[in-house]
Amino acid sequence: MPNLSELKKKIVESQLWRSMFRHDYLDTPRNRVLQIMANVWLHLHPPKIRRHAIKLRFTWCMGGITFLMFLVTVVTGVILMFYYRPVAEYAYADMKYLQYDVPFGMIMRNMHRWAAHGMVITVWLHMFRVFMTGSYKAPREFNWVVGVILLTITLLLSFTGYLLPWDQLSIWAVTVGTNMARATPLLGSEGPFGEVVGVTPRYDARAFLLGGTLVGPPALLRFYVLHCIFLPILISLLMIVHFWRIRKDGGISGPL
Amino acid sequence: MVEAKENPEAKPAVQSEGASQPAVPDRVHVWPYLVRNEFICAIIVMVILTVWSIMIDAPLEESANPTQTPNPSKAPWYFLGLQEMLVYFDPWFAGVVLPSLIIVGLMVIPYIDINPKGNGYYTFRERPFAIATFLFGFFFLWVSLIITGVFFRGPGWNLFWPWETWDPHLVVALTNVDLPAWGPFKWMGNPKVFGVEVIGFALIVLYFSTAVVFYYLRRDMSDAIRQLGPVRYGIVAFLFLTMMSLPIKAFLRLAFNIKYVWMTPWFNI
Repeated sequence: MPNLSELKKKIVESQLWRSMFRHDYLDTPRNRVLQIMANVWLHLHPPKIRRHAIKLRFTWCMGGITFLMFLVTVVTGVILMFYYRPVAEYAYADMKYLQYDVPFGMIMRNMHRWAAHGMVITVWLHMFRVFMTGSYKAPREFNWVVGVILLTITLLLSFTGYLLPWDQLSIWAVTVGTNMARATPLLGSEGPFGEVVGVTPRYDARAFLLGGTLVGPPALLRFYVLHCIFLPILISLLMIVHFWRIRKDGGISGPL
Repeated sequence: MVEAKENPEAKPAVQSEGASQPAVPDRVHVWPYLVRNEFICAIIVMVILTVWSIMIDAPLEESANPTQTPNPSKAPWYFLGLQEMLVYFDPWFAGVVLPSLIIVGLMVIPYIDINPKGNGYYTFRERPFAIATFLFGFFFLWVSLIITGVFFRGPGWNLFWPWETWDPHLVVALTNVDLPAWGPFKWMGNPKVFGVEVIGFALIVLYFSTAVVFYYLRRDMSDAIRQLGPVRYGIVAFLFLTMMSLPIKAFLRLAFNIKYVWMTPWFNI
């Protein structure tokens, strides 16, 4: 039987192992720092933070949970994309297929839907906490602005996803929502000064959003692309900025 | 070392009043203290979400049918606050202008709130106006409108209690009148004495100019107003009065059945 500690040493000191792992696991202050610094997922954190920042009653964990909810919707959303076709003839049938035939299809859809709702709620509570602790104050003003844009995109992501099941709830909820676009001043056919500018029901803000005058097949494709490509890319980029700014602005806020 | 470079002014979290600042900031390692919290929190949330998803199915109604309009036709719940505002305002105002003002208004908060106190800790006493306004906007104007929209609105977008059956025959048409045709102003409209739209215009100008008058009266007396300066004060006052126009309009509608205050050929307010 080979000597285990020698074998371990051989593995740990091999070029392959060292190319992947930069430090060992001994609990030393240096390793605690490296654990964060040498890990692509963890290095969003600084190696050390002020003691109050780990207190639950200060942060409520809401920003982190929002991010977790986002990750859940991304993973479950991609799984749903394997089974779903954004075509008016098939969309609803694919929902039924997911519900009854796809293994774990319904729970994937449920998790996608409830995580999205959870994300809306936690992003509100996150904003609430940040306001209550005055954490938007200097030097974090700009990150608050980024956060407000993230809040808006979160709502838009949920809203564009609402149409995709192509059931009664979808098309009428989206009808209500997009009817407001028709009333946009200057850009909507029924909004103030719309006639002055010359917009018509076929050529106004709502028609641009829906690709037509009604919530129909072109709207389904547009909302699908918005929901699965455009808005997720946008929100990911802004999240990177948001998290990066937290570190650049001196970490999580606290009494100075 | 990296940290020290990033946060030269970092100070400890808890500090008794009057104590001199210790040279070494009170810090903990992220690994494991924060990562552990995050991990436990993520596990708990995932367990709740998974159980919730097993127990409760996401809604799916009949296939989309453009010929059959449901009544009531509700937007997703997080937009029902906006839909609720449609009761009190024109669609262009409730659906476009006010939401845009909410977003822009939230964005400008850090630039108009120049109170340096209350940065990074919970306090009410040091920033009463900011917190009271936010609580009012968040709970009264956003959350409670959503709750109303979700639970208390039925056919015809009329008020129903959650335990009431939605009987469309119960719906009584409300007779809302515009301000120029209401009570004391009625005689002005018929026969038309002068452009009755002017009344609404004058009221709205009066409403928004209260802030200007207040500014000029108090600019030398109030520290807060002097520090804000005319531009910031103007933005604060405009956003605040616009926000308050919602409960005022709701009150006028519910108490006096007044629909619009200011009528023009192009828009109504």
